[in-house]
Amino acid sequence: MFEIEANNRTIKAEKGDTILAALKRAGINVPTLCHMEGLPPSGACRICVVEVEGKGLIPSCSFPASEGMKIKTNSPKCIQARKTIIELLLANHPDDCLYCVRNLNCQLQTLAEEYGIRERRLTAKREEHTVDLTSPAIVRDQSKCILCGKCVRVCEEIQNVSAIDFAGRGSKTVISTAFDENLNVSSCINCGQCILVCPTGALREKSYIKEVRAALSDPEKHVVIQHAPAISVTIAEEFGAPSGTDADGMLVTALKRMGFDRVFDTSFSADLTIMEEASELVHRITNGGKLPMMTSCSPGWIKYVEQFYPEMREHLSTCKSPQQMLGAVIKSYYAKRNGIKPENIFSVSVMPCTAKKFEIQRPGMGRNNIFDVDAVLSTRELARLVRMYGIEFNNLPVSYADNPFGERTTAGKLFGASGGVMEAAVRTAHFLITGKEMDDLKLEATRGLDGIKEAKLDIGGKTVGIAVVNGVGNAAKLLDQIKDGRDDLVFIEVMTCPGGCVAGGGQPLGTDNAKIRARLGALYAIDENEEVRVSHGNTEIKRLYDEFLGEPLGHESHRLLHTSYVDRDEVLK
Amino acid sequence: MKSQTEKILAKYKGGGRDSLIPLLQEVQEAEGYISRERVKEIGELLNLPTGKIYGVATFYNQFRFSAQGKYHIQVCRGTACHVKGSANVLQALESEIGIEAGNTDRDGLFSLEVVACIGACGLAPVISVNGRFHAGVTPEEIPEIIESYRKEFGGAE
Ligand code: SF4
Ligand code: SF4
Ligand code: SF4
Ligand code: FES
Repeated sequence: MFEIEANNRTIKAEKGDTILAALKRAGINVPTLCHMEGLPPSGACRICVVEVEGKGLIPSCSFPASEGMKIKTNSPKCIQARKTIIELLLANHPDDCLYCVRNLNCQLQTLAEEYGIRERRLTAKREEHTVDLTSPAIVRDQSKCILCGKCVRVCEEIQNVSAIDFAGRGSKTVISTAFDENLNVSSCINCGQCILVCPTGALREKSYIKEVRAALSDPEKHVVIQHAPAISVTIAEEFGAPSGTDADGMLVTALKRMGFDRVFDTSFSADLTIMEEASELVHRITNGGKLPMMTSCSPGWIKYVEQFYPEMREHLSTCKSPQQMLGAVIKSYYAKRNGIKPENIFSVSVMPCTAKKFEIQRPGMGRNNIFDVDAVLSTRELARLVRMYGIEFNNLPVSYADNPFGERTTAGKLFGASGGVMEAAVRTAHFLITGKEMDDLKLEATRGLDGIKEAKLDIGGKTVGIAVVNGVGNAAKLLDQIKDGRDDLVFIEVMTCPGGCVAGGGQPLGTDNAKIRARLGALYAIDENEEVRVSHGNTEIKRLYDEFLGEPLGHESHRLLHTSYVDRDEVLK
Repeated sequence: MKSQTEKILAKYKGGGRDSLIPLLQEVQEAEGYISRERVKEIGELLNLPTGKIYGVATFYNQFRFSAQGKYHIQVCRGTACHVKGSANVLQALESEIGIEAGNTDRDGLFSLEVVACIGACGLAPVISVNGRFHAGVTPEEIPEIIESYRKEFGGAE
């Protein structure tokens, strides 16, 4: 710990601090555009300049703080420099705010406002760019790109995908896929992490709001909606509540008021997934199946394996994700029970995830040319729709999801957290193997934000190795070890996004580690405080098997709840 | 040609990121351009994503990603040609053929390349089509020149 001077105030800095970090801790804000939490600085944008006595203007995000340093963050020189940078960024920027998805939530716009840019002083030639609408999940509009490089870094350094990179140079520099191909034929896994870091409207989710509204106003359609486990603990943030607020009951009320005929809970089908997946695991163990088995509920991860590790495809569980399982039973069991034709059901899901938009159109995700899920809304899109429909979210009473897919256990709810599928699956696998519940249901070792979490469990006298990965880039290490012969692991959970679904690519913008922790805390509090904490304790699940499916891994389950994987050569097509 | 490329690739086996540029240069030298298949092979060889290779390669003007057209047009951007308006000539070519420099048109008939100096400064601004020089060209003449090659090609068939 040492002292530095900032704006004539003495503040403390720690060894290894950048100037930016020290300032931030002292409550002094300096704008950043290219800076990324937890990654080495790139120093690309220079908006974070501060004036250091004896050194002049330097970028605070990449310069270490040192003893006795005298810093000014808002001297005339600093302000002027930042102003010029903003004006340069705006010089070839489309004046498009009114039509932009990031209007009122854009870092570039905010900077222009804060620094009082009132006229266009600099004009540069605008390059013609077509908006890439080819991906089912991600829309890229290069004309709004300020080349901060964050999307490239998250895609390469966090996700280990590298679907996009800088191409060309000088004024012709753009962010591009290999061979400037459309995103839908690139190696992009649709995770949406690039959207979360993009400071502008250059990246956005493919919106399905129009389709959903059309269905809602179509009297012929029976419109149902499911919400994923991670939505109730993030949606309230969009309406100003602090991170970690669980708004489950208000969310359901909002959806009902918007006119959805039924509101279902994806946590129900998370329980269903556990019944199938735990049974599959036990089956693989007892019948010499491919081990370790790897989870299959995160569609970005699935594509990652298909394109980068095709030889490991058989390790993936054949279980569909909770979204697709619920979609399948809605248009079969539910349709039949209520005498509704499957083609008259419009099935919507609210997901924390952009890759879910890709998942609904995978092969096998429907029958007789009818999709099991018709439209996926991200948390952000749902918030937009709630506002459009004039619903005052914060004043809503509580209501409950509808039968027969409204009941859930806390195990299903845990799917929203990295490690949650593992925790839920272990609880049920233990029961299936030993006939008894675990003494302590909590699996501490697989909670938290470490990229790879491993544990050895004792189930029925057998030691079982498990691993939990979050941030798909971390999976490569484990996959390589397994390819090289590592054989102590039985079950691996992988979530594409760092932190799991609570930090999915469809979640509120501005997601950072503090928010992720708060959201995880909300899920664990639910698990702590409720009675039924094991998926096999869900009475509606039992009924679904009794009335319709038969038994886990049975014939109907296979037809509706399991899937297969495909060869891919998108990377170069 | 394949075996020559195989030899080049073999030479760089186990190389790191810094092998990328020389490797790309040699492959282009051998095959005239860098195909998608080669990018993929290079990626596997050096353990680099294809997007990264494309990004690095496009940073340099020298690499091309499509085979040359039947008529390969080089536009000189040397100082003399520049002074005499080669930029406008290039623009006229790009709009006439409908491609940007560094590319090949869809029929594989024309490809366009910008080169530093052809060494024919006396003829500025100059373009070369398969080695045939057109001296003192103006943007207005471009459609005519292109048309003549289209005709020539049509006649040959
Ligand atoms: S990216 Fe930001 S500044 Fe640009 S048009 Fe959209 S809202 Fe406006
Ligand atoms: S969605 Fe994910 S994989 Fe695709 S470009 Fe963005 S970060 Fe990369
Ligand atoms: S797309 Fe967004 S994140 Fe990527 S470089 Fe452009 S502005 Fe930055
Ligand atoms: S935030 Fe410091 S250089 Fe971009």
